[in-house]
Amino acid sequence: MKPCSITPPLISITLISASVLAYEILLMRLLSITQWHHFAYMIISLALLGYGVSGIVLALLQDRLKGYFQAAFMINAALFGLTAVGGFLLVQSLPFNALELLWDRQQPLWLLAIYLLLFIPFFCAANCICLAFAEYPRQLHRIYSFDLLGAGAGAIGIIGVLFYLAPMAALKLVSALGLLSALTAAWEFRAGPRWLKPALLLGIIVLLLPGATPELRLSEFKGLSQALRVIGAEQIDQRSSPLGLLSTVSSSTVPFRHIPGLSLNTPAGPPEQLAIFTDGDGMSMITRFDGDLAPMEYLDHVTSALPYHLLDRPKVLVLGAGGGADVLQALYHGASRIDAVELNPQVVELVNDEFADFSGALFADPRVSVHIGEARGFVTGHDQEYDLVQLALLGSFGASSAGLYSLSENYLYTVEALGEILDTLQPGGILAITCWIKLPPRDGLKIFATAVAALERAGVAEPGQQMVMIRGWNTSTLLLSKRAFSPGQIDRVRKFSEQRWFDLIHYPGIEAREANRYNQLQQAWYFNGARDLLGAEKEQFFADYKFNIRPATDDRPYFSHFLKWRTLPEILSLRGQGGLPLLEQGYLILIVTLAQAALASLVLILLPLWLGKNKVKGGAGIRGRVLVYFFTIGAAFMLIEIAFIQKFILFLSHPLYAVAVVLGAFLVFAGFGSAMSARLREHAPVFWPVAGIVVISLVYLFLLPPLFRWLMPLHDINKVLVSTLLIAPLAFLMGMPFPLGLSRIARHSAALIPWAWGINGCASVLSAVFATILAIHAGFIAVVLLAVVLYMLAAKTFPVSSGIKAGKTVPGLKNLAGQDQ
Amino acid sequence: MRVFETCLVRIALCLVGIGMTVNVCADERFATQRQQMVREIRQNVADTTRYIGRPALNERVMTAMGTVPRHEFVPALMQASAYQNRPLPIGHGQTISQPYIVALMTDLVDLDEQDTVLEIGTGSGYQAAILSELVKKVYSIEIVAALGRSAGKRLQRLGYDNVETRIGDGYYGWPGQQPFDAIVVTAALSHIPPPLVQQIKPGGIMLIPVGSQFQVQQLTLVRKDEEGGVTTRQVLPVRFVPLTGGH
Repeated sequence: MKPCSITPPLISITLISASVLAYEILLMRLLSITQWHHFAYMIISLALLGYGVSGIVLALLQDRLKGYFQAAFMINAALFGLTAVGGFLLVQSLPFNALELLWDRQQPLWLLAIYLLLFIPFFCAANCICLAFAEYPRQLHRIYSFDLLGAGAGAIGIIGVLFYLAPMAALKLVSALGLLSALTAAWEFRAGPRWLKPALLLGIIVLLLPGATPELRLSEFKGLSQALRVIGAEQIDQRSSPLGLLSTVSSSTVPFRHIPGLSLNTPAGPPEQLAIFTDGDGMSMITRFDGDLAPMEYLDHVTSALPYHLLDRPKVLVLGAGGGADVLQALYHGASRIDAVELNPQVVELVNDEFADFSGALFADPRVSVHIGEARGFVTGHDQEYDLVQLALLGSFGASSAGLYSLSENYLYTVEALGEILDTLQPGGILAITCWIKLPPRDGLKIFATAVAALERAGVAEPGQQMVMIRGWNTSTLLLSKRAFSPGQIDRVRKFSEQRWFDLIHYPGIEAREANRYNQLQQAWYFNGARDLLGAEKEQFFADYKFNIRPATDDRPYFSHFLKWRTLPEILSLRGQGGLPLLEQGYLILIVTLAQAALASLVLILLPLWLGKNKVKGGAGIRGRVLVYFFTIGAAFMLIEIAFIQKFILFLSHPLYAVAVVLGAFLVFAGFGSAMSARLREHAPVFWPVAGIVVISLVYLFLLPPLFRWLMPLHDINKVLVSTLLIAPLAFLMGMPFPLGLSRIARHSAALIPWAWGINGCASVLSAVFATILAIHAGFIAVVLLAVVLYMLAAKTFPVSSGIKAGKTVPGLKNLAGQDQ
Repeated sequence: MRVFETCLVRIALCLVGIGMTVNVCADERFATQRQQMVREIRQNVADTTRYIGRPALNERVMTAMGTVPRHEFVPALMQASAYQNRPLPIGHGQTISQPYIVALMTDLVDLDEQDTVLEIGTGSGYQAAILSELVKKVYSIEIVAALGRSAGKRLQRLGYDNVETRIGDGYYGWPGQQPFDAIVVTAALSHIPPPLVQQIKPGGIMLIPVGSQFQVQQLTLVRKDEEGGVTTRQVLPVRFVPLTGGH
């Protein structure tokens, strides 16, 4: 092997960083499709420990690797390329069933195998970066800078790619990028055996060949898999974007007949439907419609039809248009005008273009306007007023009942959101929210409590006067009015419910004997709950109820988080008696992920100290400071990034673009900060960057909410610019502590570099998971405050006297908590 | 030559003997496990009696649970787990409920020997076999063709002659055989099919377990009174009250 060149392989580093971040985002997509989002979250979190392992392994092997940097770099880059695609294909072939984890003892072993298979690509990519740090200790800032710039490009690039390529094709592309990184390294080093370049080139060509793309294997328990097993069912369309994989299924022999909440005594039958599955689940229906509204009579026999009996030819806003069921319902009831908001433009394409003959081009009806966008952003960014705002059912019953949404931030079911929607209503206007009925009640009572809080915040003295709630067999509908319901309206509520065998939960003046008549529960849980939530004992009710039904807020936007720790032992004790469905899987997965990651990190960080003290040189004091410093800056970087992604989601009004913009901006400007820190290092101790981060973070906590409200009417592109400008100074400073710290220890004990890198990687994984747990329990403000404290701690604990601290995370971890909105 | 043939015959007889012994052993093992499963169900029911409103499940139901060979209704690889109190995958994205839930559901429909029952969602045929032990006639419909075919053959092989299966759409019930004393719906539904409600005999009942695969969240009972009035009752399959304190 030739002696090492003077210049690090910066292009190759950029490419490998871009591809590993793209791989991480892509893996989240792939696993969300084949499994479920919360399992994807856990699996990737653990696989990302590859960064931590990389540092630890290199810390132990660094003496043996001396002189082999170029070969090691190229091998790791090429291995990334091969294992990114190969590992995922092997994962697909394993008989892992996430739903059996609590029942089948073999399943944890398969899960472990998945961790290991998916961990390898991250490990290899991290090795490349860490090897470069160790080989070029004087150019750490440049390497880190290109690493971050590459990661930023990868984050934005993969989202762009996913608009054009299906996820598996994108995986091949990312793998090819990994091989390209190895090829570029060979070119940058001017080294390697003669066959290497042609072999890598051949690999790239094979990966980029169209047609040989393996299929995604969905869990057989996902909705799409099950629908396709029904006799006569077939998939008639599939399209993909970063917002999800949409699969359209027709079922001719056994029609879908998907009508949640249909009354038991309806005289009407459902018409033919096509089902759209998003990521293999979350079914939304396109209904056959030829302009004749008579067959749509069934839409008057569901709980969500109630507001149409209280309003005359209303102007309607449908939040969550999906396949158009709520729009059809509004048309059936003679709405004068309908605005429908849908996040995914491909759903609208399916309804209006691909299956226009089937749907009657529903969204092109002159009374209907469809708006592509996020619901909350539409409400706050438009000054239209409506008679009725309809909030669609949240997710599928199966996923909802299993607690799979408990990790998902939802900015539509918060106190602030309901307040803003109420502001868009005309006098006498109504907001209608339909939820699944779950036993014991959770969603229904929580949305009731959230509505009470929103009305109280709006200064309403008696919220109960402006609320009505009914329930059927499996759905409930809550109505909030801008003013008290009139006696005439209440009569119509009672009549509507009686005719359809729906039960009354609340209306102004309801009596106990009127509740729990048709769809009887063991106790009148809904009626009693609504009564208590409107009474003086509300706080006591929140405390006594075994599930968390306190209103969600913008700072803690976890509407679907219901589990209380004190209830857990009781539920677990009922395992044999069918008690497990009471568990909220999403939240528990988060806790299990943290526990696994913490245990693994502890072992990883301490292993080098135990196995080879000579490999981790320096006194206990230095090692302790390196440990605390790199752990705190790694964790703090991630906490701030995750918290601000959430803050910007509200402003940018789009979960996907917010993640792309915030993530990209954080990484790119942190890269600039890292590059700049090379000039500052002799003169500017880490105190100043940290002080800047602390001040900006705290100022943003107070500044951003009013600033965002003020700037909300801006055009989208201007919002992106404003966001980038706001992120730039914070990210710039956050890019400094890591290279400053690393270059300082490089001068005093360079052997500590890999260990520091490993610690930083472990901290990134742990803090990403912990950020979500902290946000669920204390809110995102607490997440930022913790990050500030950690940064200040870092400034105090730098190994050498002149103080140098910085922040680097495993690039891309940040999207984990915020990506899937 | 004769010696060789005699040896072969002896070896063959030995193998058959070993096979029979193995089968007998396996049957005995499964029978033991089945009785253990029944004891476990009894214990779980005893813990839940006050909540589900009955001191114990109907003895006929428990006898059926102790009789039907559950291991025959799960894939070969799963047979060792057949009598554990857990749901099991049966292929084609379907599952078989945990025994406690099967027993509870069967008890809730309160069947008589002369009853006729309709099942929507045959699955592997286990629930149909349990019902078969308790009533005069069981009709069962499955929408996944492969499952329906194998369940039909299995039930026939095991001698459940009073079970009739069909592959098709269960939304409109089994025309020509209505009304039914009880209807058990194990397929996922977004609503209770009104045509099925019409096929319940006055005084009859329909039971719908609601939830996702591997999880029965709640049980919905649809009762039709003698005058044709319909009410539903939703129960948790588990002893759990959502409130503590003075509420």
